[in-house]
Amino acid sequence: MAATSSSLPQAMIETATAAADWVIVLPMALCLMGAALLLTTRRARMFHAGLAILFLVAIIACEAMLFARVMAEGPVSMTMGKWLPPFGISFTADIFGAGFALTSAVVTLVLVVYMQMDRTPGDNRDGQFAMVLLLLAGVTGSFLTGDFFNLYVWFEVMLIASFGLIVLGGRGLQLDGAVKYGFLNFIATTLFLMSLGLTYGLLGTLNMADIALKAPDANPAALAGIAALLLLAFGTKAAAFPVNAWLPASYHTPPAAVSALFAGLLTKVGICALMRALLMLFPASRDLLEPVLVAIAVATLVIAPLGAIAETNLRRAMGFVVIGGIGVVFCGIALPSAEGVAGSGFYIFHAILTMTALYLIAGLVEKVTGETDSRRMGGIYAASSPLSILFIVLVLAAAGVPPFLGFWPKLLLIQAGLERLDLATPGAAIDWTGLAVAIALLVNAWLTLIAGTRLWAHIFWRAGTEGDRSEHQAANVRPLSRREGWFGLGATAALTGVIVVAGLLPDLAFEAARTGAADFIDPSRYIAAVGLAPEE
Amino acid sequence: MNYILAALIGVFVAVGVYFLLSRSVIRMLLGVTIFGNAVNLLIFVGGRLTREVAPIVPYGEETIAGAANPLPQALVLTAIVIGFSMFTFLLVLAFRTYQALDADNTDNMRLAEPEDGCRPPLSY
Repeated sequence: MAATSSSLPQAMIETATAAADWVIVLPMALCLMGAALLLTTRRARMFHAGLAILFLVAIIACEAMLFARVMAEGPVSMTMGKWLPPFGISFTADIFGAGFALTSAVVTLVLVVYMQMDRTPGDNRDGQFAMVLLLLAGVTGSFLTGDFFNLYVWFEVMLIASFGLIVLGGRGLQLDGAVKYGFLNFIATTLFLMSLGLTYGLLGTLNMADIALKAPDANPAALAGIAALLLLAFGTKAAAFPVNAWLPASYHTPPAAVSALFAGLLTKVGICALMRALLMLFPASRDLLEPVLVAIAVATLVIAPLGAIAETNLRRAMGFVVIGGIGVVFCGIALPSAEGVAGSGFYIFHAILTMTALYLIAGLVEKVTGETDSRRMGGIYAASSPLSILFIVLVLAAAGVPPFLGFWPKLLLIQAGLERLDLATPGAAIDWTGLAVAIALLVNAWLTLIAGTRLWAHIFWRAGTEGDRSEHQAANVRPLSRREGWFGLGATAALTGVIVVAGLLPDLAFEAARTGAADFIDPSRYIAAVGLAPEE
Repeated sequence: MNYILAALIGVFVAVGVYFLLSRSVIRMLLGVTIFGNAVNLLIFVGGRLTREVAPIVPYGEETIAGAANPLPQALVLTAIVIGFSMFTFLLVLAFRTYQALDADNTDNMRLAEPEDGCRPPLSY
């Protein structure tokens, strides 16, 4: 276009992208290139794990740089294809996005190391690492994208990679789980696509910063409908209470490492997208939906750990613990004060680490006992004392017992709930929502503790299996092999170490969560980073 | 035109949801396809329909009035490709499940959730 004396505003980016800005898209690019490389070299399988680890280290380095930059300067944005936003597709990294992406990459690195324990020379699961990298591409893209339609595309990347991972191995159990997982998640993303179409029809834009600018002027009734549809779509992806049935039906079917990856990353992407949509883009519609959100939060918090208590299959029980964690994040969406949103963000960070570690330890317990049902496990305290220590530490962290990581976000959320009460003004009307959420959080911690410690007691303390009269440990118990000890136990212990250290030194996470929450509640820094003017 | 298409989208969604409520996997697949196409049509209509002018700016001009909106077409193309690949995967998955479990009815798929698995554990 040579029209220099144009009356139109400028629509193209004329300058080259600054080299430092490339760290925003480099994580996704590295994931996709790594996956492509692993697929093209599928005959040289012995190098796959090494290559995957190499790529993951590079991705973590990029994301650490990005996170440090976002912490120092606020949100950063990069727009593709030379078109200025809102026309070009933007990638915008804020603190929550960059922080969760970094945490996800670290967890994936631990998982790739953990997967080494099962690998034998004749292994035919040659697409595994490629699909793990693709999954991470989808997860990272969903956290970092600044465009609503692009978010849908990354969701589908994540979904197709998880389809591949869940059926890899082809056992009947996995196919059964994959049918339920596949259909329900595909319906959820289709509902998300439907709300995208309605958003575009209403606002004429899909850039998130632009949506946040234009939403206040739109028809509030139509926007509330879109927000409710998004709540259903992302709620299904996140497995919140009334639409959670697919998670315990499918997460225990693939190998333990794969279900750990799912438990750590997938539902968190859904709940983070919901936070972004309701808190940042459509805050007025969120206020309308608040009673629904409080009901979902309380129901998920109470019912999910009850499921964990009733369940005997070890990894299915942990699936219910994952759902309970989603209820905790819902509390922050239901009570969007600075403390509440910070608590939700902090909890997602905690859940990505802790839920993955729980599934990793479950995989090791299944290896030692050769069983998946906790009724037939038991009496393995002598065979594996490190396992029992890691298990109880992770149960305490998941329940949120004080020195561990899960305590801090719940503290913030309970604080947010009690703030609503306004006890200082005598005679003020009592706001029951805050009280209900705070009590539900405490009940959730208590029930999760019961479920987790009882599983621990059954697996490690009980002599023999359920109903056994003898004190001998079950005959099929075998200690971990050398390889399983190094890779499996080593990776789990390293991740548990990260959780314990992060719990003892929570200052950085607190600061990140507080700043990230401030950017969610008032997205003006986010909008400015994309380059759109607040007044228009 | 828009109203007719809006009504059509409603019919598509209703038919898709009706099929998805079925227990037969093949009917669910049909439901997913019809529902997906309803959503594609919705995005297309969401961009407002114009029949006369193609969205190509004539040589020497800077703007064009009354042209069709090209963006929903790009969105719909992406959604069609993704939806089709997902449908293909689910179709193969349904066939493999039928081979492995001898079931095309979700009520008979009980490997992952055994019917006797609901008994809570005894004792603390």
